[in-house]
Amino acid sequence: MGKLSVNLCGIELDNPIIPASGTFGFGYEFAELYDINCLGTFSFKGTTKDPRFGNPTPRIAECSAGMINAVGLQNPGVEKVISEELPKLKACFNKKVMANVSGFAVEDYAYTCALLDKEDQVGWLEVNVSCPNVHGGGMSFGTNPDAAAEVTAAVKKVTTKPVIIKLSPNVTDIVSIAKACEAAGADGISLINTLLGMRIDLRTKKPIIANKMGGFSGAAIFPVAVRMVYQVANAVNIPIVGMGGVTTAEDVIEMMLAGATAVEVGAANLVNPFACRDIINDLPKAMEKYKINSINEIIGGCK
Amino acid sequence: MKQVFLTVTANIPLTETVFEMVLKGDVSEVKNSGEFINIKLEGKYLRRPISVCDVSENSLTIVYKVVGGGTEQMSQMPVGTKLDVLVGLGNGYDLAPAGDKPLLLGGGVGVPPLYNLAKRLIAAGKQVSVVLGFNTKAEVFYEDEFKKLGATVYVTTADGSYGIKGFVTDAMKDIDYTYFYTCGPEPMLKAVYTASNTSGQMSFEERMGCGFGACMGCSCKTLTGYKRICKEGPVMKKEEILWEN
Ligand SMILES: Cc1cc2nc3c(=O)[nH]c(=O)nc-3n(C[C@H](O)[C@H](O)[C@H](O)COP(=O)(O)OP(=O)(O)OC[C@H]3O[C@@H](n4cnc5c(N)ncnc54)[C@H](O)[C@@H]3O)c2cc1C
Ligand SMILES: Cc1cc2nc3c(=O)[nH]c(=O)nc-3n(C[C@H](O)[C@H](O)[C@H](O)COP(=O)(O)O)c2cc1C
Ligand code: FES
Repeated sequence: MGKLSVNLCGIELDNPIIPASGTFGFGYEFAELYDINCLGTFSFKGTTKDPRFGNPTPRIAECSAGMINAVGLQNPGVEKVISEELPKLKACFNKKVMANVSGFAVEDYAYTCALLDKEDQVGWLEVNVSCPNVHGGGMSFGTNPDAAAEVTAAVKKVTTKPVIIKLSPNVTDIVSIAKACEAAGADGISLINTLLGMRIDLRTKKPIIANKMGGFSGAAIFPVAVRMVYQVANAVNIPIVGMGGVTTAEDVIEMMLAGATAVEVGAANLVNPFACRDIINDLPKAMEKYKINSINEIIGGCK
Repeated sequence: MKQVFLTVTANIPLTETVFEMVLKGDVSEVKNSGEFINIKLEGKYLRRPISVCDVSENSLTIVYKVVGGGTEQMSQMPVGTKLDVLVGLGNGYDLAPAGDKPLLLGGGVGVPPLYNLAKRLIAAGKQVSVVLGFNTKAEVFYEDEFKKLGATVYVTTADGSYGIKGFVTDAMKDIDYTYFYTCGPEPMLKAVYTASNTSGQMSFEERMGCGFGACMGCSCKTLTGYKRICKEGPVMKKEEILWEN
C-alpha cells in the first residue's frame, strides 16, 4: 500500500481524494483538463429513476467563503446514465466510480440502485437521503432515523456493492441517523450534504435563488462538517467519507483526523477546476510537515 | 477551457460605471466572438463571468459595468495586477449564417461581445450594421469604436437624450439586414426576437457556479433540449429558444 492509499469498504483507493457529487458531472468534462485517473475515485452527479430538469434558475447564489445551490438534481435518469454517461466515462477513467443515487420514494432508490448494481464500472453506491419523501409529507428521508434505515435496507437488498449512505446535516441528532443506517446494513456513511441556506437581493428585496432556499456549501461549512464527522465516527463502526468545505491538503488531514477514511471535495472544484489534482499533489508535503508517514494511520486520530 | 494568469495593462472608465480592461498573457484558448472568461477575485468565492470584447494575439479586452462588490473591486485594479482567469468558455457566435448584411444589436453591457464579432464579420467582407441601445446619453460607449471598424452605427437612448429615441427595436425596423446577432438584458432579447424578420443568434446570461459545465447551475430549457448557458451557450439560435415566462 502506498503512503496515500486507503481502503474504502473493501476497495483500495490510491489516495483518499474524491470529487463530490454534483460538482464533477460525469467526469469527462474534467478529463479534458487533467488526467482524472489521479483521483482516488469520484462521485458522479446525483442520479434518479427518471430524468429531471431540476429547479428554475437562478440556481446559484454566492456567500462569503461559499455558495448556495438549488440545482434540484438535474440528471438524465438512470437508464441514460448507464447507456450514455458511463461509456463516455470509461474512455477517460479506468477506476471504479462512486454512483450517487437520489430518490423521492423508497422504491425509486431500490430501482435505481438495482440497475447500477449491474455496472462493472460502479464500485460503491452513495445513497443521498437528503431528498424529500413524496409519500412522507415531503420530509427528507435523512431527517428521520426510521426513513433513513428503510432506504438503507431497501438498497442493501438489491445490491452486493458497498452501500454508503450520505447524510443531511439539517438534523438535530446526526448520530441517531447514522446509527440507524448502520443497523440497517450500511457499509459506510458519507457526510455532510449541504446546509439549508438562503440569500436575499437587497436591490429587488427578493430571494436570489428562484427556489428561495438552497444548499450552502464551500469553505465556510468546514467546521460544521468536521464536527459532524467526528461525532459520527465516534458512534459507528463503519468507514466514513467526510466532506464539507474541504479546500486544501491540510483540510483533508483534519477531516481524516476527525474520523474520515476518505474525503470528498465539492464546491472547491467549481472555483478551481484543478482543486482535486492540486490537493493530491500537495498532500505528501503536508503529511511531511505534520510528520505523518502513511495517511491511513491518522484516520480517527483525534481523540 | 484553460486556466491562465493575465496581467492588467489598462483599466479605464468609458462612462461613470462602465470600464474597459485590457488583460495580457496567453489568450490562445479564446476562439470565437461571444465567448466569455471567468475571473477569480480576491475575497470572492465564485468567479465573475465577463464576455470577451476583443482579442489579439497576446491580450484580450473586456468591458464591464460596476454593479456589485466584484466589479467594484475590478474597477479599482491598478495596471500590473495579476488575475487568475479561466478562458475559452462558452460557444460564441457562429459567423457562417450571417449573409451579406448582418445586423448586430447590443443593449448596455451587452454591447461588448459584439465588438470582436463586428470586426470578424467586416474582415469577412460583410456590410455590418450595429445598433447600440442605452438608457441615456451619459451611458453611451463604443460608438466611435464600431464606426472605426467600418460598421454603420445607430445609437438609441430610451430617454431620447442621444441618437434615436426608444429601444434597439425602434432602430431595427428601418434597417435592411440578412441575419441578426444580439446580446443584452432579457427583455431586450425578447423584443428583438419578436421584432426580427430573419433568423439570428442571441447571447444569454445566468448566475453561474462554475462557468465550465460542471455544476448544472445555469441550465435552461430550449426547443432542442436542456442546455447549459455556460457550455452549450451563452449564444443560442433564434429557432431553439423557448421563452418560459
Ligand atoms: C456569460 C456572461 C457574460 C457576461 N458578460 C458581461 C460583460 O461583458 N460585461 C459586464 O459588465 N457584465 C457581464 N456579465 C455580468 C457579470 O457577470 C455580473 O455583472 C458580475 O458577475 C457582477 O459581479 P459583482 O460582484 O459586481 O456583483 P454581485 O451582485 O455582488 O455578485 C454576486 C454574485 O452574483 C453574480 N451575478 C450578479 N449579477 C450577475 C449577472 N447579471 N449575470 C451573472 N451573474 C451575476 C456574480 O457573478 C456573483 O456570483 C456577464 C454575465 C454572464 C453570465
Ligand atoms: C452544485 C452542487 C450540486 C450538488 N449536487 C449533489 C447531488 O446531486 N447529490 C449529492 O449527494 N450531493 C450533491 N451536492 C452536495 C455535495 O456533494 C457536497 O455534499 C456538499 O456540497 C458539501 O461539500 P463542499 O462544501 O465541498 O461543497 C451538490 C453540491 C453542489 C455545490
Ligand atoms: S455554471 Fe456550472 S454548469 Fe454552467
